[in-house]
Amino acid sequence: MRSQLKPQTGPGATTFERYGLSDEQLVTVLRNMLMQRIVDNRGFQLNRQGKVPFALGSEGHEAVQAGAALAFERGKDIFVPYYRDLGLVLGIGYSILDLLLSMFARGADRSGGRQFPNHFGNHDLGIMNISSIISAHIPHAVGAAYAFTYRGETGRAVLVTFGEGGTSEGEWHESVNFASIHNLPIVFLCQNNGIAISVPQSQQMHVKDVAQKAVAYGIPGESFDGMDPLISYDAVKRALDRARSGGGPTLLEAKCARFLSHSTDDDDRAYRSREVVQELRKRDPITTYEAILLANGVIDDAKIESLRREILEETNDATDRAEAMPLPEPSDLYKNVYAGDFEPWQ
Amino acid sequence: MPTTIKMPQLGETVTEGTVAQWLKKPGDRIEKYEAFVEVSTDKVNAEVPAPVSGILREIIVQEGETVPTGAAIAVIDEAGAPSHAEPVADAIMAAPAAPVHVAAPAHSAPKTNGVPRSDSSLRGVSPAVRKLAREHNVDVTSIRGTGANGRITAQDILAARAAPAAAPARTPSAPSDGRSTYTNPIPGTTIPLTQARKIIAQRMVESKHTAPHAWTMVEVDVTNLWAWRTREKDAFERENGQKLTLLPFFMRAVVGSLAAYPLMNASFSDAGIKVHKDINVSIAVALPDNLILPVVRNADKLSIKGLAIAAGTLVDRARRAQLGADDLAGGTFTVNNTGANGSILSAPILPTGQTGIITMEAVVKRPVVVTGDAIAIRSIMNVCLSLDHRVVDGGVASAFLSDVKKRLEAMGPSGTL
Amino acid sequence: MAIATQTREMSSREMNNVEAVRETLHDALVRDDRVLVMGEDVGARGNVFLITKGFLEEFGPKRIIDTPLAEASIVGVAIGMAMEGLRPIAEIQFADFIYPAFNQIVGEAAKTRYRSNGDYTCPLVIRTPYGGGVRGALSHSVSIEALFYHVPGLKILAPSTPSDIKGLLTAAIEDPDPVLFLEHKKTYRLVKGPVPEGHFVLPIGKADIKKEGSQLTVVSYGLYVHQALDAARQLETEDVSVEVIDLRSIRPMDRETILESVRKTRKLLIIHEDNKFGGIGAEIAAMVAEEALFDLDAPIKRLAGPDVPAMGYAITLEEEFMISTERMREAMRDLVNF
Repeated sequence: MRSQLKPQTGPGATTFERYGLSDEQLVTVLRNMLMQRIVDNRGFQLNRQGKVPFALGSEGHEAVQAGAALAFERGKDIFVPYYRDLGLVLGIGYSILDLLLSMFARGADRSGGRQFPNHFGNHDLGIMNISSIISAHIPHAVGAAYAFTYRGETGRAVLVTFGEGGTSEGEWHESVNFASIHNLPIVFLCQNNGIAISVPQSQQMHVKDVAQKAVAYGIPGESFDGMDPLISYDAVKRALDRARSGGGPTLLEAKCARFLSHSTDDDDRAYRSREVVQELRKRDPITTYEAILLANGVIDDAKIESLRREILEETNDATDRAEAMPLPEPSDLYKNVYAGDFEPWQ
Repeated sequence: MPTTIKMPQLGETVTEGTVAQWLKKPGDRIEKYEAFVEVSTDKVNAEVPAPVSGILREIIVQEGETVPTGAAIAVIDEAGAPSHAEPVADAIMAAPAAPVHVAAPAHSAPKTNGVPRSDSSLRGVSPAVRKLAREHNVDVTSIRGTGANGRITAQDILAARAAPAAAPARTPSAPSDGRSTYTNPIPGTTIPLTQARKIIAQRMVESKHTAPHAWTMVEVDVTNLWAWRTREKDAFERENGQKLTLLPFFMRAVVGSLAAYPLMNASFSDAGIKVHKDINVSIAVALPDNLILPVVRNADKLSIKGLAIAAGTLVDRARRAQLGADDLAGGTFTVNNTGANGSILSAPILPTGQTGIITMEAVVKRPVVVTGDAIAIRSIMNVCLSLDHRVVDGGVASAFLSDVKKRLEAMGPSGTL
Repeated sequence: MAIATQTREMSSREMNNVEAVRETLHDALVRDDRVLVMGEDVGARGNVFLITKGFLEEFGPKRIIDTPLAEASIVGVAIGMAMEGLRPIAEIQFADFIYPAFNQIVGEAAKTRYRSNGDYTCPLVIRTPYGGGVRGALSHSVSIEALFYHVPGLKILAPSTPSDIKGLLTAAIEDPDPVLFLEHKKTYRLVKGPVPEGHFVLPIGKADIKKEGSQLTVVSYGLYVHQALDAARQLETEDVSVEVIDLRSIRPMDRETILESVRKTRKLLIIHEDNKFGGIGAEIAAMVAEEALFDLDAPIKRLAGPDVPAMGYAITLEEEFMISTERMREAMRDLVNF
């Protein structure tokens, strides 16, 4: 696995690999990571204020998600998320207001206030709607990829994400198997943060790398540093390009970290020491990436500061606006069970 | 403007929180969303972000103290232009929208298809028959059922409505004008059985065929008792609005004897003789076309006055057809005032499930032999007892009856109601 | 007569149930490019009952997919296809094998429209043969409708005549919501009837009065409809008039037809092969008691499968489980005479 810590200029400098990205794109990546961190935190803050019953955190996943989002092609690709993909959906087109509406379960939320927070779905953006059942979405992603092939559509791929815990589910294996048989245009992206709620990887699987499971299905598997957004971008882009051009599925594994508990209903002090978390936080993907950009003259401190302020203002504004909006009507409970509200057995 | 900060609800089931550590002290500036206090609950330890910006003015709850959700913990003096999202800062720290306590939906009245409360004469018929009988004004008691076990079917009702004259075809000799009833029997007619008469007939047959009836009697000198009752009756009637008869005195004696002879307050069953705990006295009430047995529950706990009122109320309600199922259930022994109509001897039929039914016959002045072989005129009342010979034999029954006699003869004007 | 008939003149041919399924699938594949069929052995083998024989050659491997032996993904992948605009018809080879797919059917397909508030839909058909009387023993004979009819968001169909099958399976394929289509395997070759040519649909959610009567309402579905009809016709010779309703659609269920019939006959007998406790009959009985109590001249009766896990292989065990036409006739007669 490659990583890059050395700045471009100054003593001991090496050239940093930008994978053909422009300065603007590099800053877009940072922007995505900052949005993820700030909006993520807002969910926790609202929960601690007693305003929102539940929130899931994704601190530590910013790099892989910002990189993957950049590799994704809006309007062409389809994304099937899991519940930690806050940064990815922001990068693909969700607005901060969308996320706050979901946190406050307002009627104007895309799911009408039905879904838990972080249960994304937006047909217009090509983001498939999910449930809370781990890996139940993987076969759906495979079905969508089959539809592309079925209609002879090239240049399109499906990106589906999951944690390393999800790769234990039977339906995960059935899905990868099916995709491999039919050479489908799909990228299986595992965000391996080493822990599934409280269960460490060593008790989740016998292999050291999730990518090794690819061998069983005869598809390419690749592990990479998920704490580096550009390496992540490159890995995901190559896999998506392979899929789009008929090269079939890839199993990707981003090694990343989860800095927080699983959710606001979990307290990781029960199974993880503070020292371990402190150690993880030393490689905060945001500060690491900022340092690289600063050192290479892509951005300056003032710009970073203004980015943060801008995102915070937008988040504050979205929070206030979402909070002021109404909850769904009780009568909304009965809608959309079937097409045409058809249910005669009332 | 000072804003009171309340203890937030950190989790759906959480009801209180402990202030673990204040991260700011009075006089410090706090920004909205900045963590200013650490709170611990049994689920989580959390830093709480401030709902408003301003200066921390006062700490109300100290470190280590536990308070319920919603209790005031601090006051912040808001500075600067208030944001439009904080109409009342209290609301910000209030518990989130109440967790799932789903209010039961407004209870809609159950559909009854327009059928009103049940009428006791229609018990035992199907819902369809009840509805059809009402709709077509057919008296179910006048119908002979053609269904299984003689059940009245919906078809029977419909047929009756279609051809009413065909119904009582089994009484060819009846040139009845249709108005021959139990209370007004016309000779030469056959009165159709009402549900009540059917039930009475059924019960009487059942009782006689189940319990071997035996019978005994005593003569009771009620001269003193009569005097007592005469002395009390006017005042009683004034104070209680009802007449004072010999019945409550009689019942008082009977319940005393029942307590002494529990086998008389029992029921026979194949599993054994059930000796009842409570003494619930059924009173036989004769109505024009019916015989009803309302029950005075726990009669042994009542005084003579209490018995008079209880019995009087029941009899009154019985005459006005206002008794409920509770009034008729649970009787363990029956008392019958057969003497009211002049009878001096009766052999009553046991109510099913009881071991004894006792009668008070008419009070008649007779010449009797008293102490010293002298003749005196005394008021004499016969008391008769029908008994279930499966439960008690002559010995117990007569001992019981003698006990009743003794109690009655001991009652006199010096007693208390 | 409440039978839903096609009013326009259509030529019809005699065929059995399995042929009706086959013709319906074939016509749908021809008519709509988005339709595809997937399941175990549906391709080269042509399905274990030969329903899709020749389809692979005619429509190609992209549209007739021999899936791996993995029921959860047969349904799960089909859900993804449906969400992305195709019209997949997924087959579970025997209803007894459907349990691994329960998560996808109940947790995902049924909820797709609801949880996305209409943003995503799942126009999926899951077909499966069910039912006993074919010496199928413990794992090739079960009825599964009671496990699924409870779930809002699903539709469940169980027609048992060839023309009902064609009309309802076509409707299911064209329906925008997930439909579980149950085919009683014993009726595949046993039941024959006329089937109109060409495209036609029957409305989902409507029952069919297969025989009119005045003294008793019998509600049934699947194989037992035919036995109930036999029993009812025999009773006609005894001057007993029984009305037989073929439910056809288990969810949504046609309560109006049932209630109207009960109001006429005042007695109700429900006959189903599935276990009695918690079966479809329980819901029908509760509904009728709730809505038509004062029209009932007798208790509602259910004649249903015994509450044992499955019927055994030995013929005595199978026959004990399955209800004979004689037993049905007795039950009908008893209730009429009540």
